[in-house]
Amino acid sequence: MSDITLERPAATAPNAFTQAELGWEAWIDPVPEAALTERQKEGLVDIARAKSAYFRLLAHDPDILRARTLADKDIFYNSRAGLPRAERELAAAAVSRSNGCIYCASVHARFASTFSKRRDDVQRLLDEGTGVDIDPLWNAVIEASVALTATPIAFGPEHVRKLRDLGLDDLAIADLIHAASFFNWANRLMLSLGEPETQA
Amino acid sequence: MSVQDTTDILDRLAGVVPGSALDALRRERPQTRDNVQASYAALFEAPDETGVTPSERLAVASFVALLHGGVPVAAHYLDLLEAHPDGAALAAAIRNQARQAAGSGPYGAYPPGPLSREDVAGPVFAVEGADRAALGERLSAALAHAHRLVLHPRDAAAADLAALQTAGWSTAAIVTLSQLVAYLAFQIRAAHGLRVLAA
Repeated sequence: MSDITLERPAATAPNAFTQAELGWEAWIDPVPEAALTERQKEGLVDIARAKSAYFRLLAHDPDILRARTLADKDIFYNSRAGLPRAERELAAAAVSRSNGCIYCASVHARFASTFSKRRDDVQRLLDEGTGVDIDPLWNAVIEASVALTATPIAFGPEHVRKLRDLGLDDLAIADLIHAASFFNWANRLMLSLGEPETQA
Repeated sequence: MSVQDTTDILDRLAGVVPGSALDALRRERPQTRDNVQASYAALFEAPDETGVTPSERLAVASFVALLHGGVPVAAHYLDLLEAHPDGAALAAAIRNQARQAAGSGPYGAYPPGPLSREDVAGPVFAVEGADRAALGERLSAALAHAHRLVLHPRDAAAADLAALQTAGWSTAAIVTLSQLVAYLAFQIRAAHGLRVLAA
């Protein structure tokens, strides 16, 4: 009989979509926190991000990190008119579900739940996939996001028409295009530079 | 005024005419507009600081755009590439490789478990034949990475970054390369989406 081990189990990669908080481990070396230059800190935009291995890895090229981060913040946080924040986060979650980024989907499904107060509907997107039938507006947001994610791109006039028929103005549709397109950027970084891990 | 009069890259690729309704719409989000442009400038116009040469950047961007089948975007990067010394030969090899590598995405496998039933098989790309000599080991490794990110990003693994390192890519250069491919995935979709919205 062996002794009971007191060591924590090794972190494991999640194999399902979840709204739980996940960790993320880099496959190549981030800039150590103590070694960040002033310019790299400017690239982080928000200095709290120095705690994140992901952002410290991207800090190896600080100028593109800074521009990426400022675009990200405006696309998702600028709530002056346009698409409500819940639907922007839904688009991010749908793109992540389509590309298969379990980490990105976890973060943005949580945000979509927070802003929409519809956690169960968001969970259905994660559980059933992007073909889920929720309601006309959410279905249309998910369909448009998935069509923009496909290669070759499948987004066309029929998607715009459906979104307009559901009451979205052109600024809201442009916001959706930006949110879905941006997650095609974010997913590729998270998926190719490291991997998610289940928190102990 | 025509689309040729704008220096904004996304306007040019999306066909946004100065003074049009879509131009006004983009200017409703100046921080987005400015930083999408600043991202392009950081990747393609600023002096290289991470060890990825201008022609390498344009070669990878051309390949990524061709894989998306987006004519105006691919033409933009191929024209810039062809203006470089040795650019015409690189562009020819890139065009040839992109024809062989084109496909439909996203595909790929999940970590074994409940999502395995959603796994979609597809090709893993590598540059072969005479083009491998023309492009060199370093750029050939970058194109394999770019193909994976464009078409089957969920297949990415730690070993892929080790392969890039073996081919001469430093950590900082891998970050730049990944940002470049990922930014193009954004830029091509945003340009396509805005073009459809304005039609």
